[in-house]
Amino acid sequence: MDWLKIFSALFIVAMLVFLWPRAGQMIRESRKGTIDEWLWVGLLLLGVAAFVAFLMHSMHSTVV
Amino acid sequence: MSLQNSTVSPRSESLLATNQLIRNTYLMLSLTLIFSAAMAGVSMWMNLPPMISLISMFGSMALIWFVLPRTARSGAGLVTVFAITGLMGLGLGPTINYYLHLAGGDQIVMTALGGTGAIFLALSAYALISRRDFSFMGGFLMVGMIVVLLAMLGNLFFHLPALSMALSGAVILLMSGFILFDTSRMVNSGEDNYLMMTVSLYLSIFNIFVSLLNILGASRD
Repeated sequence: MDWLKIFSALFIVAMLVFLWPRAGQMIRESRKGTIDEWLWVGLLLLGVAAFVAFLMHSMHSTVV
Repeated sequence: MSLQNSTVSPRSESLLATNQLIRNTYLMLSLTLIFSAAMAGVSMWMNLPPMISLISMFGSMALIWFVLPRTARSGAGLVTVFAITGLMGLGLGPTINYYLHLAGGDQIVMTALGGTGAIFLALSAYALISRRDFSFMGGFLMVGMIVVLLAMLGNLFFHLPALSMALSGAVILLMSGFILFDTSRMVNSGEDNYLMMTVSLYLSIFNIFVSLLNILGASRD
């Protein structure tokens, strides 16, 4: 295993150690969203996914 | 002049503070993005090795975790934000160089750049104009981040290209969620520090750009 991988793994572990307590705090303190609110978020993220798929398709078709 | 005309109601005062926070955040975000791009240019010109990416990421994360919370309300915070974004730009140089050396690499980089800008502008404009409260997403986004980090850690050892692409897609969706969450925090007065907001939005933009590079580079193959 090369040094780049070891440092990458260390970096991810450090991020996990830092994020873990904050995640717990945010889960406890966040208010609960309604079904309507989650649907809106789902729709927006679906739009982002469709846009990324379009970019991938356009990139693929210009090469082929 | 009557007293009624000379005083500002608490509601309009809060609206003024929110507008100022939004203006300051976007101005600072523009400046840091320009500075970061300049640092990426320097790193590309010097042809720095990939290890620089990791070292600068460690450096910028240390600044975000240990220095920024202590300096965010002082003049030193401004220097810290530029140091963070400059380091991240420097670390981005080897990654961009890698993609530029692929066939059609300039198109990958430009598409990723345009795509990142479009995603950020659309989501941020939506959250600003609709003034919807996305604060309920906080816990979900943090759990998503932890799951993605664990999967990334696993993929360091398993090298599954499909998982790598799926993770890049997940990061784009998570960071899109963070853009909605952070912009809504500004609008609904959950946060009052423009330096913290700048770094939050910058990290989302940075991660979307890197993930788009990964996805577009892989889809070209």
